[in-house]
Amino acid sequence: MQPNEALLTVDDLCVEYRTPRGPVRAVDHVSFSIAHGEVFGLAGESGSGKSTIAHAIMRILHPPAVITGGHVNFSGDDVLEMDGDELARFRWRDVSMVFQSAMNALNPVMTIGEQICDVIQCHLRLSKADSMDKAAHLLDLVGIERSRLAAYPHQLSGGMRQRAVIAIALALNPPLMIMDEPTTALDVVVQKEILQQISDLKDKMGFSILFITHDMSLMVEFSDRIGIMYAGEIVETADAHDVFNNPQHPYTRGLMSSFPSLVGPKVKLTGIPGSPPDMGKPPSGCRFHPRCDQAMAICSLQRPALREVAPVHRAACHLYELTGVTPRTERGTL
Amino acid sequence: MIDLDDHPVVLEVRNLSKRFPVGGMFGKQQVHALNDVSFSIRVGEVVALVGESGSGKSTTARLIARLMQPSSGEILFKGKNMLKVEPRGASLGYRNRVQMIFQDPFSSLNPVHTIGHHIARPLLLHHKVQRRRDREGRINELLAKVGLNPPADFASKFPYQLSGGQRQRIAIARALAVDPEIILADEPISMLDVSIRIGVLNLLAQLKKDYGIGYLYITHDIASARYIGDKTMVMYAGHIVEGAESSELMEHPSHPYTQLLLSAVPNPHSLDQPTRLETRGEIPSLIDPPPGCPFAARCPHVKPICREVMPSTTMLSADHWVRCHLYGSDNSAAQPAA
Repeated sequence: MQPNEALLTVDDLCVEYRTPRGPVRAVDHVSFSIAHGEVFGLAGESGSGKSTIAHAIMRILHPPAVITGGHVNFSGDDVLEMDGDELARFRWRDVSMVFQSAMNALNPVMTIGEQICDVIQCHLRLSKADSMDKAAHLLDLVGIERSRLAAYPHQLSGGMRQRAVIAIALALNPPLMIMDEPTTALDVVVQKEILQQISDLKDKMGFSILFITHDMSLMVEFSDRIGIMYAGEIVETADAHDVFNNPQHPYTRGLMSSFPSLVGPKVKLTGIPGSPPDMGKPPSGCRFHPRCDQAMAICSLQRPALREVAPVHRAACHLYELTGVTPRTERGTL
Repeated sequence: MIDLDDHPVVLEVRNLSKRFPVGGMFGKQQVHALNDVSFSIRVGEVVALVGESGSGKSTTARLIARLMQPSSGEILFKGKNMLKVEPRGASLGYRNRVQMIFQDPFSSLNPVHTIGHHIARPLLLHHKVQRRRDREGRINELLAKVGLNPPADFASKFPYQLSGGQRQRIAIARALAVDPEIILADEPISMLDVSIRIGVLNLLAQLKKDYGIGYLYITHDIASARYIGDKTMVMYAGHIVEGAESSELMEHPSHPYTQLLLSAVPNPHSLDQPTRLETRGEIPSLIDPPPGCPFAARCPHVKPICREVMPSTTMLSADHWVRCHLYGSDNSAAQPAA
């Protein structure tokens, strides 16, 4: 395992939804990379483009969504250039995906065992008995009793269904797993159990994770590195604890003062004024400027580039492009 | 912190229970959705009710709003047992003292009516204004109060033209229209974008300060309960298992379930010493549950008595109580729970 070499590189990715009212650019020049064994988190509000990126990497976008530019590179292969056969190998063997709603991800009229075997037999030449064996082993891994192979999804609780979906994602032992809000529909205790288990499995099997959520506390706790998205763009990337302790982009700072904490003194939080923009007509210049309390004249005219503000810490904000302006770094106690 | 103990109690519930029949035409089985729930809300007090989905939080709110009849128990409004005074359902008088805000602002507003119409309805139904001119003034006043400026613009808009946060503010303005003393807020921020949630919470807190409104704030997000709640109560499988002043509860959780819940909440402050869960399992079935404490099956400290008798309430301090056999005198004698 080479920790410094990227497993997945996304470069200048653009995705548009071609709507009757004109194209909506949901993902706009997004670049990031994920190293071997790393958990990279994409955080942002609903509609910021997180899931669209995940679908673009898997090449499962459907019209009217179209990839209009950029590159996705997985272990040296250009994913966006792959044809049908290559894609069939790439999906699940190289990258698997855990979808948000386990209820919709599982087929209600097939048993859990059949659904896991489906995946195994589709990609590997194994007999029915051997794949059932493997399925039973996968259930062991995610902490479900083997007897549940014969159960239908409706016989399982929400948490168990999500574990079954994770078992399917693990079936071919892929180097990268994309998890799109894997625990959003679950209660906190079950959420914690499942993430703990994923974390243990990751340590054991060494896969990387692209972790997508809107829950900032969860994101900071679970990820190694984080990209913060706003209106289709990545506005800041940094190590998880830097995003939490030393956020640089005004949007990230706002986000961090948007969720109350369980510890420390009670302070009044301010959140962020206004609402996320309509992606059909995004604001000019920096897309955050109408909500930004530090906006300057240039912010509505020119889009800031993502640039290094500290080692391994990048932010897209004009505050860091001008000399003589010291960005405000203090923020309320969380 | 202001001492709320001097404030008079507005709403009190005593031993509230709700059972739903299930299981075919004979309906022999019952879902024990709510069991023996008692608490009170004072003037200008926010009581937060936290728990997992299916624990009975919304049932509690719906019973108090009189959207359902309780199976047993009392709902006292300013000392009067409303179930005796108005046995067939709530009167207009009760409804304009107790209002509710629902979770989903996308389905709680009628898409074919303007915002102004939504606010005008309660004003008309509850005879709050007599003349048309006054009505418009009052609508604008309410919209400005919930931070929607300029109000006249918002009054003529339709729900689809507003964001989730703005819609929830409309729902709050609609509840305020009748000058309520109690607002039952059922997960008011869980459907909203992260960056605008805190604004809605701050608005609720401001209204509490300005009008002395008491809240039952229902949430699954225990950190937001600490942020806005003066008191917090924890609910598990239809029982309230612990209640205390909010910070006290988060700092000294006593019930094993509260401890589990708190250790499961993602907490970026504890990155250096990540917590691990010791308990496994999920909420038990509420259909004809076995006797005893509902948490017994998952509890790391379970004792034989826990499977036989529901623990009664033990006061740990003046404003911190718990229902658990680990505390108090329930330890030895097998007294039936009150």
